[in-house]
Amino acid sequence: MSFLIDSGIMVTSQVLFFGFGWLFFMRKLFKDYEVRQYVVQVIFSVTFAFSCTMFELIIFEILGVLNSSSRYFHWKLNLCVILLILVFMVPFYIGYFVVSNIRLLHRQKLLFACVLWLTFMYFFWKLGDPFPILSPKHGILSIEQLISRVGVIGVTLMALLSGFGAVNCPYTYMSYFLRNVTDADILALERRLLQTMDMIISKKKRIAVAHRTMFQRGEVHNKPTGFWGMIKSVTTSVAGSENLSLIQQEVDALEELSRQLFLETADLHATKATINIVFDRVGKTDPVTRGIEITVNYLGIQFDVKFWSQHISFILVGIIIVTSIRGLLITLTKFFYAISSSKSSNVIVLLLAQIMGMYFVSSVLLIRMSMPLEYRTIITEVLGELQFNFYHRWFDVIFLVSALSSILFLYLAHKQAPEKHMAL
Amino acid sequence: MAALDRVKVLVLGDSGVGKSSLVHLLCHNQVLGNPSWTVGCSVDVRIHDYKEGTPEEKTYYIELWDVGGSVGSATSVKSTRAVFYNSLNGIILVHDLTNKKSSQNLYRWSLEALNRDVAPTGVLVTNGDYDREQFADNQIPLLVIGTKLDQIPETKRNEVLTRTAFLAEDFNAEEINLDCTNPRYLAAGSSNAVKLSRFFDKVIEKRYFLRDGNQIPGFSERKRFGGGTLKSLHYD
Repeated sequence: MSFLIDSGIMVTSQVLFFGFGWLFFMRKLFKDYEVRQYVVQVIFSVTFAFSCTMFELIIFEILGVLNSSSRYFHWKLNLCVILLILVFMVPFYIGYFVVSNIRLLHRQKLLFACVLWLTFMYFFWKLGDPFPILSPKHGILSIEQLISRVGVIGVTLMALLSGFGAVNCPYTYMSYFLRNVTDADILALERRLLQTMDMIISKKKRIAVAHRTMFQRGEVHNKPTGFWGMIKSVTTSVAGSENLSLIQQEVDALEELSRQLFLETADLHATKATINIVFDRVGKTDPVTRGIEITVNYLGIQFDVKFWSQHISFILVGIIIVTSIRGLLITLTKFFYAISSSKSSNVIVLLLAQIMGMYFVSSVLLIRMSMPLEYRTIITEVLGELQFNFYHRWFDVIFLVSALSSILFLYLAHKQAPEKHMAL
Repeated sequence: MAALDRVKVLVLGDSGVGKSSLVHLLCHNQVLGNPSWTVGCSVDVRIHDYKEGTPEEKTYYIELWDVGGSVGSATSVKSTRAVFYNSLNGIILVHDLTNKKSSQNLYRWSLEALNRDVAPTGVLVTNGDYDREQFADNQIPLLVIGTKLDQIPETKRNEVLTRTAFLAEDFNAEEINLDCTNPRYLAAGSSNAVKLSRFFDKVIEKRYFLRDGNQIPGFSERKRFGGGTLKSLHYD
């Protein structure tokens, strides 16, 4: 009986999350595009719903809500569904939509989509070989195998993003302060941009006039075609056409310059306008116990450790989860706006759903670190005998690598920028 | 043919509707082979004979400014784009016939260019009276062009064309529906070509001729709707 009630609660919350994902999709991600394929929207909302349910189960674990056997059952169920989606459905649909964008392969869309999916599965499987993730006791198609691979990808992704974010945020803050953009700077840059556009226009006018006079004179083709055409062009050089190709090259160079200037102007406007909020990484050891240790040992405050650790860890894990989800959604939205167009929007949303799912699964793996021992058991039980320490160490390694390469990348990009400014 | 007079026409619309292909078709009478994303603004020039076939025929340059981007961009991007909206003489609004959102976004595009940006709401007001009021006292000629006509199946064509007719009426503008990969839609003598010619003539008239038909000598003050700005960085 209690099992039914618990399942009812879980299903209600899942429906709520599904609705939220649906709304987010409609209102924020796809607000400038037309939804033609509802499959994409459904998949995105389902992935979001099941990912959020996992976090909800962790919170229930800490709070001690619901029967523990029904919690265990729901954990297993949730994991199975999420793995099914992440490994089977989303990659297949990504392949399908990529193929349907390419006109050549229109006929046998399904066939090529299956081929792409099989390639993905092959690489996905091979991914597990170099890593010491599993003890060899388990069979081929078990949850542990799939989760370990998903976990590796997700943890790598998280570490890459965290590393880049950790370096990029202070850098952008510093550059906002150091650059000190004034209105005069922006106006000067805009004037340069408009002057460049004027130069492009005057050159294009010359080309257009030249084309028109040639057209009126009856010389439609000014490019030498065929063998005799080439011989003729050697002796009777048409001065007009030589001039034209030169002007055309100048126009191309000027257009490139105008694009650069436009991007710089946009950058200056952005620097002037916005402030970003950065989500900082929380410490590595189980912060709750450590904090309590410090207060008890050094500050001599006595309180009921057991009672407080539950509540504090709940609050902490809750904060981590909420800010993590929010930060992810914001980053996804920005990324989506920046790179999508009406053709590729479906593929990009599915890729984002895949990344989001993997990110959430690996968050569960890593969150285990922030929880006190008695709450870690359920995760350990459900996820089987994964080598959790491996994941933590892997995260740290990738985080360091990502941070160092971001520093290098930003340094190189920064070096190029002042050279351009000096050429003003 | 050295120094012809010129007018500036903006080409606005969502990304991916086919503005670059359209501009290329209008200026070179050829189909654009490799369309790619427009970063910033790309300009092209078309030579137009005003009042062709009459004794008052005169040749003008028409500059088509194809501004890229999305209508929901951040304010910083919008203020960067705004530098291209100075002293414009006409606007061509381009929408994709297969994408209803792009047609709805035209309201916001035109308001952005005419310098009356409304805060974006979730629901667009498409009540006829409201829109006509906005555009009734507009001095700048508008033209609505729908692209990708070939991708609409025959059965749906009537429905789509009625919808676009309402849209053009809201803007108090003419409309043309075509496929940018097929030059025959703008072949000389076709009704589309006539509408286009009429639009350009109207733009030139508004810019260079007073109501009584006299030509404005030289360079008068620029009629920028919504009040002038201090930024007159555009030199002739």
